Parts: sequence; structure tokens; C-alpha cells
Amino acid sequence: MNKIVNDFSIIIGTKNGSGSSTANNTILRSIFKMGIPVSGKNLFPSNIQGLPTWYTIRANKNGFIARSDHNDIVIALNPDSFTKDLASVRAGGAFFYADDIKQPITRVDVAIYPMPIKAIIRNDPNVPSDFRDLVGNMVYVGILAHMINMDVEKINAALTFHFKGKQKPIDMNMNAIKAGAEWAKTNLEKKDPFYLEAMNKTDGLIMADGNTAAAIGSIFGGVQFAAWYPITPASSLAESLVDYLPILRKQEDGKKNYAVIQAEDELAALGMTIGAGWSGLRAMTSTSGPGLSLMTEFAGLAYYAETPVVIWDVQRIGPSTGLPTRTSQGDLSFTYHIGHGDSHSVILLPGDITECFDFGWQSFDIAERVQTPIFVLSDLDMGMNQWMSKPFEYPETPMDRGKVLWEKDLDELKGNWGRYLDKDGDGIPYRTIPGNKHPASAYFTRGTGHDEYAKYTEDSSVYIKNMERLKEKHYNAKQFVPAPVFHSMKGATIGILAFGSTEAAILEAQHQLANEHGIKSDFMRVRAIPFTDEVEKFLAKYDQIFVVEMNRDGQIDIILKGEYPQYSMKLKSVAYHDGLPAAATWVREGILAKYVKAKSKDESGKMKAEVKKSAGKKKVAPKASAKKTLTKAKASSKAKAKRK
Amino acid sequence: MTEALPMAGAAANVNLAGLSKNDYRGAPSTLCQGCGHNSISNQIIAALYEMNVVPEDVLKFSGIGCSSKSPAYFLNRTFGFNSLHGRMPSIATGALFGNHKMKGISVSGDGDSASIGMGQFKHIMRRNVNMVYIIENNGVYGLTKGQFSATAEKGLELKKQGSNPYMPVDICMEALISNATFIARSFAGNPKQVKELLKAAIAHDGIAILDIISPCVTFNDQATAYHSYAWGKEHEMPLHEVSYVPPRNEIMLDRDLEAGELREVAMHDGSTVMLKNIEKHYDPTNRFEAMRAMEEAGRNNWLVTGLLYVDTTKQNLTTQYNLVDTPLNRLTQADLRPDRSAIDKVNALMF
Ligand SMILES: Cc1ncc(C[n+]2csc(CCOP(=O)(O)OP(=O)(O)O)c2C)c(N)n1
Ligand code: SF4
Ligand SMILES: [Mg+2]
Repeated sequence: MNKIVNDFSIIIGTKNGSGSSTANNTILRSIFKMGIPVSGKNLFPSNIQGLPTWYTIRANKNGFIARSDHNDIVIALNPDSFTKDLASVRAGGAFFYADDIKQPITRVDVAIYPMPIKAIIRNDPNVPSDFRDLVGNMVYVGILAHMINMDVEKINAALTFHFKGKQKPIDMNMNAIKAGAEWAKTNLEKKDPFYLEAMNKTDGLIMADGNTAAAIGSIFGGVQFAAWYPITPASSLAESLVDYLPILRKQEDGKKNYAVIQAEDELAALGMTIGAGWSGLRAMTSTSGPGLSLMTEFAGLAYYAETPVVIWDVQRIGPSTGLPTRTSQGDLSFTYHIGHGDSHSVILLPGDITECFDFGWQSFDIAERVQTPIFVLSDLDMGMNQWMSKPFEYPETPMDRGKVLWEKDLDELKGNWGRYLDKDGDGIPYRTIPGNKHPASAYFTRGTGHDEYAKYTEDSSVYIKNMERLKEKHYNAKQFVPAPVFHSMKGATIGILAFGSTEAAILEAQHQLANEHGIKSDFMRVRAIPFTDEVEKFLAKYDQIFVVEMNRDGQIDIILKGEYPQYSMKLKSVAYHDGLPAAATWVREGILAKYVKAKSKDESGKMKAEVKKSAGKKKVAPKASAKKTLTKAKASSKAKAKRK
Repeated sequence: MTEALPMAGAAANVNLAGLSKNDYRGAPSTLCQGCGHNSISNQIIAALYEMNVVPEDVLKFSGIGCSSKSPAYFLNRTFGFNSLHGRMPSIATGALFGNHKMKGISVSGDGDSASIGMGQFKHIMRRNVNMVYIIENNGVYGLTKGQFSATAEKGLELKKQGSNPYMPVDICMEALISNATFIARSFAGNPKQVKELLKAAIAHDGIAILDIISPCVTFNDQATAYHSYAWGKEHEMPLHEVSYVPPRNEIMLDRDLEAGELREVAMHDGSTVMLKNIEKHYDPTNRFEAMRAMEEAGRNNWLVTGLLYVDTTKQNLTTQYNLVDTPLNRLTQADLRPDRSAIDKVNALMF
């Protein structure tokens, strides 16, 4: 049998609440510490105890670590999902199961390994009886470790981290692992091809989840106020603020320069956040789709009152008892037009853990610069799963507090200013902040019904002017948001456009399309709306652009078609959504299903001509006005987007 | 601010903050002539003027409704936020973190607070946000033209609406249950009491709920309606006469003079609220008493007014958060961004 080294997936099927997460994390971290690129994704139900849950690990020497839908090694610990788990193993794969599950083994094309977990743990005198179930999970780690050559030293490192160096639990768990490994050594004969071998491909990397990264990034962004309401998968973002703020913003006298409030619901959470933002604080809230729905009216108010706030949406499926613990990219359309009447949101789209960190601090700069709510759309996969990542980097630009007038500024202006007056021609007015003692500083904040001096009016021409300015301001925001990231191939004939957590799956699909189908592609991962100029250039460049996203309707595809109707014929939506983190298979198959081979010069020429014709017909007004004002805006204040 | 010198010509029209009453006014009211809300705005102006409050030191908040429009009609020099229907409390809660030395003065309506905003109304009380929270209570939705509000009495007959089939919400009772630390009821037709209670509320450190019956002359002012001028005048039953004694005048009080009749409540800022009881020796620091007074008033068809309950021992919200002395909104990058070495520390905390 040919060995398969550092290129396989492991799926562990357990019952929710059985305490297997420590064991699964230990496997993930040990592989990471062995220097092998790896990912781990928890596929869990909305339940505290009892329902089936799976944890999938993918180790890949080439760095393709999107969720794999080939189940190479399956570990079955849950009688309820046993049949399904057994059926899911790929031919030639391996199937480990807890031998107290007495169910028929119907497969002959896989290596079968029964594991006497209960017996082994019962025989361990060091494990108190009430710890047996919990520590018992470590027995399968030990058995697996022996069978695939997982390094015991690295397992120890993983446990030391997990138990924060506390020797007693480390020893207890380590002993169970050793007992499992020992048992496997004497009782199991290797019948599968999967092996780990140490590499050095994770040197200098860290492992973290996106919610923690976002919280820490926000702290480096100087967050001063956060209000939130618990919801999976966003809760751990606010909880991480609560964990890390006292460490990172510690004051000698114990006093605090921040406040975190658990609100009574999401309406209040955003209301408090807007109050704080209006009052000059770097303010944020974090939620998921259902919470964002509740925030709608306030989001619209912040847009019209021009209040800087940051709103994280860690996307999931919803509402109600939908699939609340499953990942999604389904909130994009809704977020883009959240509020009522005309509105356009500035949206940041992080695609990995470093970007969750970076957008954590950058979002405040953009919010205060543009004076508008900034939405950061992460998702459950990024937010809650441990990803390998480059280490966090210290913000390279100073805080941008935007156009704020304090007492001495108003003295200089002799009190002559207007809250909604567009002095600089970039659509962004100046604001004052409560506590300003200048007698001319105050203004009364309302929704749409105000003039340039924040005085009440329902005058039509004033309304129209204000609405046009807000639109201009939105498109001007593109100079402050992060530019796209490109993964180009020489000789690319098609474009792939995507955003967020699908990057790993797309990179793998890109590779497969080139190697197996001879289709070379140029992949652009968009990181913000409004779209920066690179987006239009990319759309102009290719005849076919595949727009890949994890939702049913192709939401970014629809937004792109609205913004760039001249290119809409070239855009092909590859939208797919089953609640699981993206896998290369659907990306590849989705692209192949819509791919049109350019047959002859004539035909591709015809296609180009048609595109040109439609581009000529529809000129989009907003783009034109955005261009006009962009030249006026100061380039010096541009938030430099990091490009990879 | 400079103190007005006795020699100065206009001294009589200037308060200790050196400001004239005009400095406390707002835009001209666009509410109906005779609307109770207007008379409350006037008392807010008078109370703040008499208390020498600097307009830049307070913040105005409101929700949506005729009542919620009124912050535009006082304190032009004060930052204000006319927020969403029923959601003023959350805006105020967040905003007051910007500068914990500032106090909120907010106006809401019975629709705004007792229907759509009931949740936020209750939660701001349990958080004890440092704010005067006025509910201009007229038993109807004024701005949407005369629908029943949740404080409308059962059986109230309104044009187009018919007869109200539901029991009313009692705002002060809700406040008491939600652990508000200052609860008072008054009547726009009794401006002196409104003003004195406002002063006491401003001196209170924490949430001060003022349920002021404020007749809607356009939609709910028929003599039989609980929230009308006529009914209020006829049935008002003040618990006491209220007078607010500013801190610096305290020593001038002749306490013995009305001993036995007077009850004093010492406020956080050193001022005193004097309650001259009318019928009983009402003790506003006793929750049972407050409950009893409200229950009794309900049974006897009285409009009981005055300071129903006060607790000066609880910390307000921002105090509980133990904030730095400098207002949070004056902090800069040096205070807020961890230094460079912190990034290594954080990376080391990850696996
Ligand atoms: C979300 C929302 N729903 C409904 C309204 C319409 N609305 C405006 S004011 C109001 C009622 C106001 O009643 P109240 O708070 O008692 O104030 P009043 O006008 O009586 O002073 C309503 C329902 C709104 N502005 N927003
Ligand atoms: S409708 Fe009623 S509440 Fe509104 S302004 Fe007129 S009198 Fe006042
Ligand atoms: Mg009303």
C-alpha cells in the first residue's frame, strides 16, 4: 500500500456536549505543531447536549486546508450517527469506533478499528470515576496518535496550552492518551495508508479564531464602548473583549477607560453603541443575522444622523430555529441596504484571521473618517473555528479620528460651522462632540429632517441635496476601505470574484481547474463595499467572471450587477449554500457548470462587442459622481490597505 | 463662568452661571397652543436657569412623539438627540459614557415609554443611568392623531377610537417595580410643583422618573378623561408641597419652624428636597408607602402627585463602571492604543 503522508481528513462524530472539544482541539493543535498545514472545523447543532456533532480536520502538505468533503479517517463515537458515519468513509479510508456501540459493520472496503475506550479508561487508576467520560475522549486521541504517527511531544504542548500549564489535568489527560497509544500499539495492525510526518510549514504562525482576533484588533483600535446581546456565533467576540480589555488596557489605579454592556436586546445594543459613537467614543456592537434584523431601524438612523459606529455581523443561518449554528454569507444584500429609504452601507469583508484583527482597528478609523456605520461581515466558520494565521501585526497607521471640532477649532472658525455642511466637497461634514464647552458647539441630532446646520426642515430641495451628498460620501469611502487581494495565475483566461471565508476553497479549486481542466484563473477577493477601483478593472479584464459565494441567491453578484450594469453579462453566479464551510468541490463544479469555452476568435469577438454595446447604453450616475469627487479628496488620509 | 457682580447693570437677569434665561431657551414651539408639553418645557427652562446649570454640561434626549419634539424648544446650547420611537433610553445610556460628568435630561411620551419603549424604559431604570427621565403623559398618541396609549384608562371614549377596552399601565408603579431610584408624579397644570420636582430630579444622582400628566388639548382633554386639565385640577391630591433647596442656602433654613410637618431628603450634591406633607406624614424613602399611596389613589380616583419614592444610596451607572477621571471622549491614542510590546504579548497568548 502506498503511504499517504500529510494529505488527509479526519472526521470525528460525537454527541454534542460530550466534552470532545478538548480532544479534537488537541489533535488539531498537535498537527499544527508538527509543522503541517491544518484546519479544524466544528460542525455542530443548535443544542447543548445530545444531538450529533462532527469535527473535521484537514491536514494538507500543500496548504489546501479548506473543508474537504472526502472523509479519509472517520472516528465514530456516537451510536446515533454510527450508520451515517460508517457510510461516509471513502473507499480505502479508515474507520475507528467505540466498541461499546454494537451496530453492524457493513463495509469491507475500509480499515476498521474498534476502540475499547471505556475499558481502557476504567483500568486507569489515575482517572477519578466522574472524570472518565471527559478524559475518555483522550483515549481516541492516543489511539489515533499511534496509528498516524502523531508526535507525543506536540500533544503535550497542546495540552499544556489548553490547561494553561496546570500539571494535574495535563497529566491526567496525557496518561489517557498514552494508555490509548499503548493499547493501539499492542492490539491494532495498521491497515490504512494515512501518516503524518513533521514539516516546517507552520513556523512562525499562530492559531486563533476570528472572534478573538476581531476583539483584540478592536482593542488595538482603541475601542471604548461595546454593547451586545448574546447570539451564536457572535457571542465570543464580545466575550473576548471582556477577557482581553483588562489585560491590554490595564491602568495602575484600576480605573477603566472603556465600558462593555450586555444590553437587553439588539435594538438597545445598537442604540447604546450609537449613543456612544455620537458622544465621541470608539463604539462597537457584535451580532449575527437575527440581531442585525432587529438593529435595522437604528442602522438607518446612524446612516442619516452620520454617527460613526462599528457593527460586526458574524453570519449564520437564521432566523429562529433555522440552522443557527451553521455558517453563511447570507446577510450581504440585507446589510448593504439596511435601514429604510435609500441607504448604502460601507461593508468590510474579512477573509481570514489576520483580517479579522486588522479590520478590528481599521473599522474605527473608517467609521470616524466617514461618519457612518461600518459593517464588518465575518461568519461562523471564521469567527468560531481555530484557523492557522500569521501573527497579529501592530497597526501601522495612527488612529484617524476624522473631522472633529473641539473648542479651539470653533474659536478659530468663530463658531461658524454647520454639522451637515460639506465644507471640503467630499460629502463628509465636520462634527462636534458632547462635552464641548463652546457655546456654538451644540446641535440637535435627528434623522433625515435637517438642513446643513442641523436645523429642522422638511424642505424638498434641502432633502434632495442632503441625500445626494450622502450618496457621494458613500462612494468616496472607497478610498478608505481595504483593496481586494489577488491570487493570479499566468495565462489566466477567467476571473473568479469572491469575499470572506471561501478563500481556501477557491485557491484549491483554482489549482484543480488549472491542473485537471486546463482552465487558468485570476482570483480577486473583494474586501469591502463600496468597491474600490481595482474591482472595475478586474471586471473589464475578463470575458467570464465567476462570482463565488455561500448563499442561495448570489448576493454580491446582484450588487455587482447593479453597480456595473455594463459588465453584468460577464458575471456568472456560483452561489451555493448548505451550511457547511466552503469546500473546493462545489466551487470547482459550480465554475465548470457555467464555464463557456471561447471556441473561435469570431465568437469571443462577438461577445466582446455585445458587452461593449451594453456598456455604452447604461452609464451609471453614481460612479460618475464618485469619480468626480474622488479627485478632490485628500489622498494623504488614505487608509493604506495591506496587500498580500 | 464668571459670577455676576452686584454692580453689573443686568445682574437681576443673570444667574450664578452668568447666563440669562434666554440662554436656556430653544426654538419656538410648534406644538398646539395649550398643550401640556409646552408648559413643561417652560418649567425645564426655569428650573435649569434657577439651578445655574451650564447648558453645555447637560445632554438632551428624546424618542418620537409630540412630547419628544419638545427638547428642540428648550436649551439651544445643549447637545441633543431626537432618537427613535421608544428607543431613547439606549441612546442616552451609551451617550452618557462619553462624558460621565454630564447629566441627561430627556423627554418621552406615554406611547414612547409605556408601549413601544417599555423594554428600554424598564432597563434604563435598573441600570440607574444618571438622567432625568420625563414622561409627558397624556393618555393618547398625539403625533399620530389621537389613538389610545397604554396609559389610557379603561373605558376612555375617544373620537374615532371608541371605548378603550384595556387596563392602563401606571408609569410610577412600573418604575417602582423596576427599582428606579427617584419616582415622582406631577401635573402640567401645577407648574410650581413641576419646577420643584424637576430641580429635585436634576439634583438626584441616578435615574429620576417624572411622570407628568400633560393634557393633549387636541385629542384627549374632555373633562371626564383622566389626563385632562379639568380632571387633574379636580382630582389632584398632592402628597406634600415640594421645595428644592440649593446646596449653598442650606444653612439659612429654619428647621424648627415647621418641625413635624417637614421632611427633608438630602441629595448627593448637598442640596435638600423639602417636603411639606399635606395630609399624612408621607415618607418617600419607603417603598411600601409609595406602593400604598399609588394603590390608594387608584381606588379613590385621586391624581396623587409629589415625590413618591427616592433612594439616594445607589450608585449611578457610570460610577459603577469605575471610569477614569478624564471624560472618555477626551482620551487620545496614547490612552487607548496598547503599546507596541503588547502585540507580542497577545501573539504569545495564542497557540
Ligand atoms: C417605529 C415607529 N412606529 C410608529 C411610529 C409613529 N409614531 C410617531 S409618534 C407615535 C406615538 C407618540 O405617542 P406619545 O409617545 O404618547 O407622544 P405624544 O405625541 O402623545 O406626546 C407613533 C406611534 C414611529 N415614529 N416609529
Ligand atoms: S396633538 Fe396633543 S400632544 Fe400633540 S401638540 Fe397637540 S395638544 Fe400636544
Ligand atoms: Mg402621549
